Amino acid sequence: MRDVAVVGFAQRQMEEFDGSPTCVELLVPLFAECYEQTGFTRKDIGFWCSGSSDYLAGRSFSFVSAVDAIGVIPPVNESHVEMDAAWALYEAWVKIQTGEVDTALVYGFGKSSAGVLRRTLALQLDPYTLTPLWPDTVSLAGLQARAGIDAGAWDERAMAEVVNRSLTDAEKNEYAVRRGGSSVEELLARPMYADPLRKHDCAPVTDGASALVLAAGDRARDAVDRPAWITGIAHNVDPLHLGVRDLTRSPSAAAAAVAAGTAGVEVAELHAPFSHQELVLARELGLESDVRVNPSGGALAGNPMFTGGLNRIGEAARRVWSGDHGRVLGHATSGPALQQNLVCTMSAEQGAN
Amino acid sequence: MSRTLSAPVTVAFDYTRSVGPVLGRFLTGLRDGQVVGARTSDGRVVVPPPEFDPVTHRATDDFVEVADTGTVTSWTWVPEPVAAQPFDRPFAFALVTLDGADVPLLHALDVSSPADVSTGMRVRVRWAAERVGAITDIACFEPDDGFETLAGARSSTTEAGEMVTGVITPVSLDYQYAASPEESAFYRGLAEGRILGQRCPVCHQVYVPPRSACPVDGVATTDEVELADRGTVTTFCIVNVPFLGQRITPPYVSAYVLLDGADIAFLHLILDVPAEEVRMGMRVEAVWKPREEWGTTIENISHFRPTGEPDADYDTYRNHL
Ligand SMILES: [Zn+2]
Repeated sequence: MRDVAVVGFAQRQMEEFDGSPTCVELLVPLFAECYEQTGFTRKDIGFWCSGSSDYLAGRSFSFVSAVDAIGVIPPVNESHVEMDAAWALYEAWVKIQTGEVDTALVYGFGKSSAGVLRRTLALQLDPYTLTPLWPDTVSLAGLQARAGIDAGAWDERAMAEVVNRSLTDAEKNEYAVRRGGSSVEELLARPMYADPLRKHDCAPVTDGASALVLAAGDRARDAVDRPAWITGIAHNVDPLHLGVRDLTRSPSAAAAAVAAGTAGVEVAELHAPFSHQELVLARELGLESDVRVNPSGGALAGNPMFTGGLNRIGEAARRVWSGDHGRVLGHATSGPALQQNLVCTMSAEQGAN
Repeated sequence: MSRTLSAPVTVAFDYTRSVGPVLGRFLTGLRDGQVVGARTSDGRVVVPPPEFDPVTHRATDDFVEVADTGTVTSWTWVPEPVAAQPFDRPFAFALVTLDGADVPLLHALDVSSPADVSTGMRVRVRWAAERVGAITDIACFEPDDGFETLAGARSSTTEAGEMVTGVITPVSLDYQYAASPEESAFYRGLAEGRILGQRCPVCHQVYVPPRSACPVDGVATTDEVELADRGTVTTFCIVNVPFLGQRITPPYVSAYVLLDGADIAFLHLILDVPAEEVRMGMRVEAVWKPREEWGTTIENISHFRPTGEPDADYDTYRNHL
């Protein structure tokens, strides 16, 4: 295996992006930030990979327009996944492992506000027996939250504690769309929305884009003083139908965590768009009780579709670059009720894999 | 004023899918007023039946009819239904384990408030009046009062017939679609009778309609440039095929016009000339609609027509083909 590190990361998050769904104007300055952080130019990037969705953009081949932001004449080595850009990162990591390239720039974008996000995402479901009912994302998460409450796996107070900690931490995140903790009591006094979920249990609809740079070996050391070496990366998937899953668990998250290796992790950035999902993930990933979870505020503070997961990996990597932490974890999810999960562990120590 | 122009757009498509023997069996059952699950290798009865066994990966073939009554195993309230959900007023989504099944099925539950639903409550299927072999043949679940339903699904007028082999799922999504700031400037320019492009600050290429970034250099296009409303046909096609939504009777010409001062050709119609006379290099000019009909749209230009000038030299447009 080649040693590959995260060496650059830039993001934008907002409630409503006043621009086109291809987000080209957002991506141009993000790429510029990545070049500045790493000292690379676009000619130094061996592979480009993006995550986005035409359903979100409301137009076909929306990722093709977005590549204008790269500068693609003459043509570049480029690919796209119709998923969170964390999966584009996985593809880029594999590409570097093949030895074909030494560097990659991974980006994602999504203008969630152009349509009705929780409805649009019903198109991720089984088109025969689920999509015709248009079960929206919030409802599916509500079914999961209730299942856990009824089973005694968590309660409303535990969910409010997640929210309070996340929104308090988000006060220090300049990109947070929602921030400001109060108290668990105050949160519990707020009205139900999609019973058993309150509005603050659900990630805000967020527009945005982000970009992240990967590099192998010496290229990584050239780019940054303290690269965040990827020590493990894995993703797994659970069945699509909610009925055949134990909604209080996430076997795919647990399997990805085992494959990626979570021992010694100090900080975990978990992609949990609903408060109870952080509780599921912390258990499935086998995180020790002293692991600092979501110091960025997490997805409850801002959840740009198709970069929400990549942001978790970028946020975790930043804590290695800064020297604050030696070993971190970034997690991404996709699909209904934590169906698909990706775990990426990173370390200041090279060769830990 | 907003930085960008936007407009509502609806993207709609009816997905037609074949269903195969397992889902076909399930959907045929629904059409005939019965719920069919399948027994998997771990001994569980699963509804809807999975096409392949999750453990052995063998094709599912052990079908089991289950009851149309069952128990709520989880539920959530839907305070603000979205378009095309089973109800357009608040309702519940529920996971319901039907009697005879071991795992729950997701569907809507018709109750008027969260106080009327609880985990463990007994519910039954309310069948749709007209059934076609789709999951929506179950209109919803409703609280089960314990009485036998008189008009049982089996006694419905639906004739048991051929297997359901396909479903049509209509999908219609509404967006507020925004142009980029550069495109917005282009459309606002058209409303004033001007054609605006953007110039790349690095390679100085002029793009029209403008792009937010130069695809050569990957930098934002910063300089606005006003272009002539005349140019050169670089390439074209004669449309002979009728299609849905066509506004002009074929044959007619759709062409790339390289506006004077631009570095990228721009697609429009060439009219006022017989289609067979249109050629590469032909000089053309915009024919604007009457000013009172102008909006923020490319349709302000009705079409392009020949100027009568001599044809442009091939070298003037050879790099723009
Ligand atoms: Zn340029």
